[in-house]
Amino acid sequence: MLKDKTEQSKGLGQTSRRDFLKISGTGMGLLVVASATGPFRAMAHAQEGPPPFPKDLNAYLHIHPNGRVTCMVGKVELGPGEMTSLAQCLAEELDVSYDSVDMVMGDTELCPWDMGTFGSLSFNLYHKFLRGAAAEARAVLLQTASEQMRVPVDKLQVEHGMVSVIGAPTQHITYAELVKDKRIERHIENVPLKERKHHKVMGTSPVRKDAIVKVTGKAHYAADVGLPGTVYARVVRPPAFGATLKSIDTSAAEKIGAKIVRDGDFIVVIHEKFDGAIKALSLVKADWERKKTGIDDKTIYAHLETFAPQLAVIKEKGSLAEGEKLVAENSGGIIERSYYNAYCYHSPIETHSAVGKMENGKLTIWASTQFPFGEQEGICKTLGMKQEEVRIITPFVGGGFGGKSSSFQSCLEMAKIARLHPGKPIMCVWDRGEDMYFTQHRPAAVMKIRSGLTKEGKVGFYEYKTFGAGQWGAETTYDFPNQKTSFVGSWAPFEPSPKGIQPLLVGPWRAPAGNSNNFANESHIDELAHLAGIDPVEFRLKHLITDERQRRVLEAAVKQFGYKPAAKSPSGRGIGVAVGKLYNSYAAGIAEVEVDKKTGVVKVKRFVNAVDVGMIVNPVGAHMQVEGCITMGIGSALTEEIHFKDGEVLDHNFDSYEIPHFSSIPKMEVVLVESPIMSPLGLGEPPIVVVGPAIANAIFDAVGVRVRHMPMTPERVKAAMQKA
Amino acid sequence: MQQTISFTLNGKPTSVKVDDERMLLWVLRYDLGLTGAKFGCGEGFCGACTVLIDKKPVRSCSTAIKEVAGKHVMTIEGLSPEGKLHPIQEAFVKHTAFQCGYCTPGMIMTAYALLEEKPHPTREEAVAYLDGNLCRCGTHTRILDAVQDASKAMKGGA
Repeated sequence: MLKDKTEQSKGLGQTSRRDFLKISGTGMGLLVVASATGPFRAMAHAQEGPPPFPKDLNAYLHIHPNGRVTCMVGKVELGPGEMTSLAQCLAEELDVSYDSVDMVMGDTELCPWDMGTFGSLSFNLYHKFLRGAAAEARAVLLQTASEQMRVPVDKLQVEHGMVSVIGAPTQHITYAELVKDKRIERHIENVPLKERKHHKVMGTSPVRKDAIVKVTGKAHYAADVGLPGTVYARVVRPPAFGATLKSIDTSAAEKIGAKIVRDGDFIVVIHEKFDGAIKALSLVKADWERKKTGIDDKTIYAHLETFAPQLAVIKEKGSLAEGEKLVAENSGGIIERSYYNAYCYHSPIETHSAVGKMENGKLTIWASTQFPFGEQEGICKTLGMKQEEVRIITPFVGGGFGGKSSSFQSCLEMAKIARLHPGKPIMCVWDRGEDMYFTQHRPAAVMKIRSGLTKEGKVGFYEYKTFGAGQWGAETTYDFPNQKTSFVGSWAPFEPSPKGIQPLLVGPWRAPAGNSNNFANESHIDELAHLAGIDPVEFRLKHLITDERQRRVLEAAVKQFGYKPAAKSPSGRGIGVAVGKLYNSYAAGIAEVEVDKKTGVVKVKRFVNAVDVGMIVNPVGAHMQVEGCITMGIGSALTEEIHFKDGEVLDHNFDSYEIPHFSSIPKMEVVLVESPIMSPLGLGEPPIVVVGPAIANAIFDAVGVRVRHMPMTPERVKAAMQKA
Repeated sequence: MQQTISFTLNGKPTSVKVDDERMLLWVLRYDLGLTGAKFGCGEGFCGACTVLIDKKPVRSCSTAIKEVAGKHVMTIEGLSPEGKLHPIQEAFVKHTAFQCGYCTPGMIMTAYALLEEKPHPTREEAVAYLDGNLCRCGTHTRILDAVQDASKAMKGGA
């Protein structure tokens, strides 16, 4: 029997934590999600040290008199299934059934602080705290049961929230009877987590908690919260970045019933109908002074290379000069190449959406965000509000991919709107054009590589420079004896990035920096393999890979694909390989493509992706994350590019900005390689970094030309063929 | 023009007094409270707003309310009226044919229309029929598996 465990409660926004714990656990289940502050402060936490997750187990769980358990997490449900896998973690360590767990997510008032749902960090950093809280609760309850039943702890067992005496199961007491609907006040430190061999719930794929509401249309996203009396807002936007308002006439909008509120140049049109606000905005006549920057989607690459000539060194080993001596005897052994990647858009099917209500000094926002606590902190800092005056509630989020992880976008905007128009709930849903314009794109990037091969086919030196992308993924797992890796410009505010280098807003896009850098590195390795006359798989395995986990994923991909070295290169088969590492996860991809030589259209026919992502909590969920990476990687590799000129984004919808369709999807094969790491690692992002380069290498294998610019559009493929 | 538009919505007679040029999606979502159909692109490129008019899939974001006068409109809310999942919904659950779930109502309604039109589609036919519905999470293969399963479970009768 499938039961709906996530029926959402409207009006929960009015509920305090104490009331909430009274009303929840009634079996109806609740989903609320929300959170955050300064963009990526949270990600910076990940680099600076442990974030302030609460230590009190009561922040994470509550056991109700009817035996149901409410699990509170600051994570949000964006699609990857955190609602399910975190419930599995709690059920496992607490020894309750998965079905008895109700999840409450992303509400800054009900849930413990969390850094945000991104960076493949849901599990990597969070699972230990949640599992630890559940394991501690189990230990405390066992101890309490032992005292009440006068039976030593080691003579007790727990199943489905029931403590019983081993060998005498009629002597029992339930968690609910032990807890009596109270907080768990006793604490036991350093309770060990269960070992993998004892897992019964982790490592399985139960029906997702959000399955029923999602297939019946009952899942509520921010624009669905349906508060009575809601009015609708649209923001008057400049036509391009850098444009300044000269004059505005809102009279025609006001004639159809729109109300205008403004704070300087922040001008908002409000209407009682959703589409009334759309129409009213179209009637606003605004005159803007635009700036000519001369930068567009073609000139951006020269701009990136010349904007800030000083690069920061990420890694230096040996000496490039010594390396050059090693390859001196190999005439033609030095190659120098440039690779490019375009601005790319996240394309969640749900655009940025928010509902806000400012009432009696308290601001509540229902937001489509990956970052509820960051949004809260950002609003407090920017608008001078106190934490207790701002509550973020996150319903289901219709996809994020990094695009909803800034605290300075729609949520902060909603805070401003609600303060300008207090009293009634107010909704603002960005249209697709706004989303394509104001989201924080994956930055355009240039990667320059100079390298040399010895006569023996070894890489004598490897010099890598990356402009715009950021530093993640710039380093390979290969142990080059003489290498230097440096960068300038980044998607990340916490990495040194000269102001003004990016003409559009930039931010994290699934596997930030990893797609651009790994495209360059793994394309280049293939170029070296070709130069050495060695099969690209053999070249990597015999001459480059020293990291065992990297080796194992490549071998697993080779086995799954049935890869055999070709007699010559390019072979015409259209098969390409790439490996990669992001965070502490590894991937290897093998693509098989077909290239239409007349049109330049590339079709991916098959993609094998083998990954080592640590311990798997939910195998189906893991497969799906890799499938999602392959799909999104194909879009990024072949079609997705933001066009712009003088600060104006020229793409407005999915006609010119083409994401993968059903007909773009290849046969996908996912291999989850058993990991030596007994802890879940990042999963949602690392597998994507191999997709672009594997396709590029497959295109070379198919038609013998190297396309060094993502996306590898038909025009670029044709241009490369004509040049060859 | 302000008009009273009468139509059948999920099997029930419904009348709304509205500007008849308004798009069906806004009336469904914000006048009638049926939020299953989603706004995705507003121009018919993504399919998240798909509902059925006389069993044919349409983009409700680009269909004026006057066009449904006298017709049968079916939304995701009408697919399991008694709370029992339709075989297509069951198949979506079984195959986990969703991630974020935002495109799911549109996918399911399009799949429903496909199976009404062609009870036993080939995989290629299903790809062609669903090709205008976008999913960013990458659940396409699972959706196709679910459609094939549902086709079998329905034994050719929706």
